[in-house]
Amino acid sequence: MKQGGKWAALAAGLGLSLMLSAPVLAQQKPSEIKIGIATFTSGAASVFGVPGKQAAELLADRINKKGGLQGVPVKLYFIDEGAGAETLTNEYRRLVENEKVDVTMAAISSGSCVNLAPLAEDLKMLNLLWDCGTQRIFEEGKHRYNYRSQANATPEMMAALLYLLKKKPDFKTIAVVNQDYAWGRDSWELFSAALKKLKPDVQVVAELFPKLGAPDFSAEISRLLAARPDVILSTSWGGDLDTFVRQANQRGLFRMSTFVLPLAESSLQRLAGELPDGVIVGARGDHYFLHPEYKDDADFKSFVEEFKQRTGSYPIYPAFHMAQAFAALEAAYDKAAAANGGAFPDREKVVDAMSGLQFRGYGRPITIRPDNQGLEAQLIGVTRTTSEYPFPIIDDIMIFDAETIMAPPGKNSLEWIQELDASFLETPAKEYKHGK
Amino acid sequence: MSHIIILAVLDGIAYGSLVFLVAVGLTLVFGVMRILNVAHGSFYALGAYAAASLGLGLTALGLSPWLSYPLFVVAAAAVGVVVGGALERLLLQRIYRHEEALQLLVTFAVFMILDNAQRLIWGVQPYFYSEPLRLLGNVSVAGITYTAYQVVFLPLVAIAVLVALRLFLRHTLAGAVIVAVTEDREAATAIGVDARRVFLITFIIGTTLASLGGALAAPTTSILPGMGADMIVLSFAVAATAGLGQIEGTAVAALAIGLGRSFAVFFAPELEVLMPYLIMVLVLLVRPEGLFGKATARKI
Repeated sequence: MKQGGKWAALAAGLGLSLMLSAPVLAQQKPSEIKIGIATFTSGAASVFGVPGKQAAELLADRINKKGGLQGVPVKLYFIDEGAGAETLTNEYRRLVENEKVDVTMAAISSGSCVNLAPLAEDLKMLNLLWDCGTQRIFEEGKHRYNYRSQANATPEMMAALLYLLKKKPDFKTIAVVNQDYAWGRDSWELFSAALKKLKPDVQVVAELFPKLGAPDFSAEISRLLAARPDVILSTSWGGDLDTFVRQANQRGLFRMSTFVLPLAESSLQRLAGELPDGVIVGARGDHYFLHPEYKDDADFKSFVEEFKQRTGSYPIYPAFHMAQAFAALEAAYDKAAAANGGAFPDREKVVDAMSGLQFRGYGRPITIRPDNQGLEAQLIGVTRTTSEYPFPIIDDIMIFDAETIMAPPGKNSLEWIQELDASFLETPAKEYKHGK
Repeated sequence: MSHIIILAVLDGIAYGSLVFLVAVGLTLVFGVMRILNVAHGSFYALGAYAAASLGLGLTALGLSPWLSYPLFVVAAAAVGVVVGGALERLLLQRIYRHEEALQLLVTFAVFMILDNAQRLIWGVQPYFYSEPLRLLGNVSVAGITYTAYQVVFLPLVAIAVLVALRLFLRHTLAGAVIVAVTEDREAATAIGVDARRVFLITFIIGTTLASLGGALAAPTTSILPGMGADMIVLSFAVAATAGLGQIEGTAVAALAIGLGRSFAVFFAPELEVLMPYLIMVLVLLVRPEGLFGKATARKI
């Protein structure tokens, strides 16, 4: 063969191989989508972490039964937040670099999210902040790879405060009993700052921050019984909240003060008769197994029933938060595939799809704002004993839209609170009575 | 102000009583066996779980809840004899002559194993068994409602345990043998004392006391994984404040730490978490051997 003919043959061969391989690459799908999930499987916060994990397993089974995300089955990898910050960071890196996960959902603890969000950025890993509450992450930095599929502490605290001010406005004194760590301190900072703006005459008679995991609240309860506050706020959760409620109930504190417990939806089934009627309880979002707007929806009912069947309990808010993260992921893959002409999207295209994403878990629809923060409505009400369940249900429910009770994108929550005035008290909410 | 002080004292006594029951077992084991048992907190948790499980069993069988009180003792003894006895025989006996760092590591490993075992057996959701607390009702002091269980029953049990331990160690042959082994193991062995048996019995008593503390705490608190970790740290603080191995001193230190904590809640809540450790540090700065410890020359 002549020299020119040899080059021509090579070029033709190369061209043919490119023509053949290009469409093949575009249609190639991975054998599975690997999802890394950080949750508490040990320690006190496993009261949230384990229901979250159980929900993830249920949801993954459901997705795979439907054929997966864009036809690709999902596979879950769990890491334990209870192992401590350093181990968690190493484990997260292992998931990304060794297990080659495609997406992560991290985490429950605000401390874990603060640690892992920058790492996700460095590793260019799509991360859904599925349960942590700190508002600081998206207020203090810009992110491409981190998105929150639920609300943050600001609307959660504003909903509790608004409910109190709308339903029981005539109080003069308040006390707080929060766990002594970031969430306990930050949530009180938000609540008290807004209270000071909206009802400046209220006197704070006790600020108590017992140790996280404290086994006994006797001294705190004695002090509260002596101080006789009109309102007692506690954003505590898990065993701490349960112990506090039981000891307070035994000693008659509930008869003296109005309690505001923004996380108590997660304790209702355990506390049963220990939690008297009329306690203001929240659910860190608008999810509740008797959600007034969705409780008769077939998909909602099916999720609640299957979760109950698998675990023996009705789903609590971490299970619903996990469902929202899965809904966000499913919507992101669908949106990215549509933008990719129907072909399976690569990871960066899925990340692109997260901006302005709209999805729905088992509550009202959620939108991801330009600052990557999810807009999630807030459900709050009071405990009521009924003959239908062996534990109190939530009655006199109010559901607030997210936009109305949180700082706008780019605005610091505490600065936004300083701008609130009496008109904030008029924030609308849809109201529901149990059984109606 | 005076009624606030009364309330703080009552809360301090109630809290100190429970801490004493756990810390005294730790200090007894250290005093006799010279082992700092990190797994001691696990026995507190196991005692609580065992008591709650038996108590819930009583309820399920429709038996009188008053039976829960003797069952607490049964639960504590069962945990101490079965788990404590097995741990001493199968593991600790092999490491008595090894350096202290290894002993700490081994008991820490046992703590981790038992903590995971609790999670496997009882799951991660909190357990409750508050029936015994209700049975004793409430008492009113200075217009404030207290549970009789916490301000009357627990301090009485703590006093009973303190008196019983003192009588046992000072006025019985078995106690004298334990004291002899504590003072000089080699001399005691030379005159025919079975030191291995003494160590086993001491360890069972120590872990039974930790379990009893857990069983008695069960009606007042949420029983959940990890509860032993907090208690072991607090017990170390109490035992170190008293001087390791000092039984009466442990009672005084537990009371001081209980009172310090409750006064902090009333007058300086920011110091509540720090208070036990502040007291410990202050005591050890002034008396490195602890409040009741005796300075001894190191044996070469």
